[in-house]
Amino acid sequence: MLRTTTALAVGLIATATLGWADADENELVVNGEIEITTHAPAPAYVDGLTEIYSGWRFREPDTQLTQMDDFDNPAFLAVDAAQITWDTVEGEAGKSCASCHGDVMESMKGVRATYPKWNETAGEVRTLAMQINDCRTENLKAEPYDYTSGKMTAMEALISVPSRGMPVNVAVDGPVQSTWEQGKEMYYTRYGQLELSCANCHEDNYGNYIRADHLSQGQINGFPVYRLKNTKLNQVQDRFQGCIRDTRAETFSAGSPEFVALELYVASRGNGLGVEAPSVRN
Amino acid sequence: MRFTTLTLAMTLAAGAAYANPVAPGDVSFSDTGAIAESLTGTPGDAASGAKVLADRGAGNCVACHKISSLDAAFQGTVGPSLDGVGDRWDSAQLRGLVANAKHTFPGTIMPSFYKTAGYIRPGDEFSGKAAKGDLQPLLSAEQVEDVVAFLTTLKQQ
Ligand code: HEC
Ligand code: HEC
Repeated sequence: MLRTTTALAVGLIATATLGWADADENELVVNGEIEITTHAPAPAYVDGLTEIYSGWRFREPDTQLTQMDDFDNPAFLAVDAAQITWDTVEGEAGKSCASCHGDVMESMKGVRATYPKWNETAGEVRTLAMQINDCRTENLKAEPYDYTSGKMTAMEALISVPSRGMPVNVAVDGPVQSTWEQGKEMYYTRYGQLELSCANCHEDNYGNYIRADHLSQGQINGFPVYRLKNTKLNQVQDRFQGCIRDTRAETFSAGSPEFVALELYVASRGNGLGVEAPSVRN
Repeated sequence: MRFTTLTLAMTLAAGAAYANPVAPGDVSFSDTGAIAESLTGTPGDAASGAKVLADRGAGNCVACHKISSLDAAFQGTVGPSLDGVGDRWDSAQLRGLVANAKHTFPGTIMPSFYKTAGYIRPGDEFSGKAAKGDLQPLLSAEQVEDVVAFLTTLKQQ
């Protein structure tokens, strides 16, 4: 058996090298004017990576192109619908989002880049979806959206638009630190009967192919994401559920404390990439 | 050894080739991660093994491995190519690799195909729901033997 060890070691080095090299060199400019950073040095607290790449850099050129012009990006149908929702009075308080926040393109600039984040009044880490629902129930006195519903993802997409191109900048210490640690632990846990962690696929093997799928780093700077596969906007925690399900594991529910922690941690792995949402993937 | 021969004799006498496969919890691995004895007591069928390797609903080994002689679309690059693997390992070591590669390569990403315990949040197949009742191994003893039979044919020399 000894004889074989060298051959195998050589094979593994080759595989590892491929993983580092395999993001393409394309540059993302949307509508000919919004330059979006898709490659940056990894934050110091990400032990397993030296460089970070947006998922956009792993997609086919025609998918990439679809995201480069808002007229081609199918997510903008949902953005337009959410703009109407933003301006429409709903709920018992007789208010719309615009009643408090005015023009979304002005008031929400930079918001998408810093979520999930600590809410001092509530004493909790909030995702953007949680904040949207909090405004609905507390300020509008309206029903909350289902966490991964079409209305929720559309509103998230609208709120993301004015932050496009701004660097993701999620806090990892202070009051969020213990939540961040929980998310980190989950990222490296090998769930399910296939015993695969997020890191097994998105840290150790990005750039490789798993059957037909070209593995990216699983970054979330593009969420919500319009997927050509299911022709709708996809909420980030919906994506987490899909990936965990694929390991033959019991997933967590959307909006659960576990997924809030995971979202915070995964978002922080992309600190320095530009906000792309709503993006296009396959 | 004597025990195994006896089991085999009993199996043959009963006339059912796979009546008594070694259960996942009873498999014993050598220091190098090999499994010396067949899990079924019967040689596997290489042609059936090739199907298990390619089938998404079975081994789906090609999700991670390339095998040039296999007619399967979109072979992955996460693991090494299995071309020539029959030259590199003997059948006992190949059986161990398929059953639980973590004995050969500690911490490997490769799933353990003949194992039923020790999982974190095991699911009910790909439903995303919790597993109900006892888990089945990803491959049956017979399928493991078929895969091993196929792998031993992958020779380049
Ligand atoms: C078995 C491999 C595997 C595991 C384990 C896995 N993923 Fe994925 N993931 C994929 C594949 C394949 C895709 C689609 C291609 C891509 O973008 O990487 C994907 C896509 C994603 C995306 C979308 C990226 C984008 O740009 O649209 C995110 C986010 C993601 N994964 C997060 C996770 C997280 C978090 C975990 C752990 C809870 C995880 N994944 C576990 C295989 C996996
Ligand atoms: C999720 C990925 C994955 C899947 C699925 C997978 N393997 Fe592997 N396999 C690997 C990796 C990675 C290695 C290299 C060992 C290591 O991790 O150091 C490996 C190693 C091997 C080896 C030793 C290869 C050599 O060149 O010496 C054999 C044999 C093997 N696998 C067979 C199989 C078979 C048969 C199946 C399906 C029943 C399978 N693998 C499924 C990832 C995988």
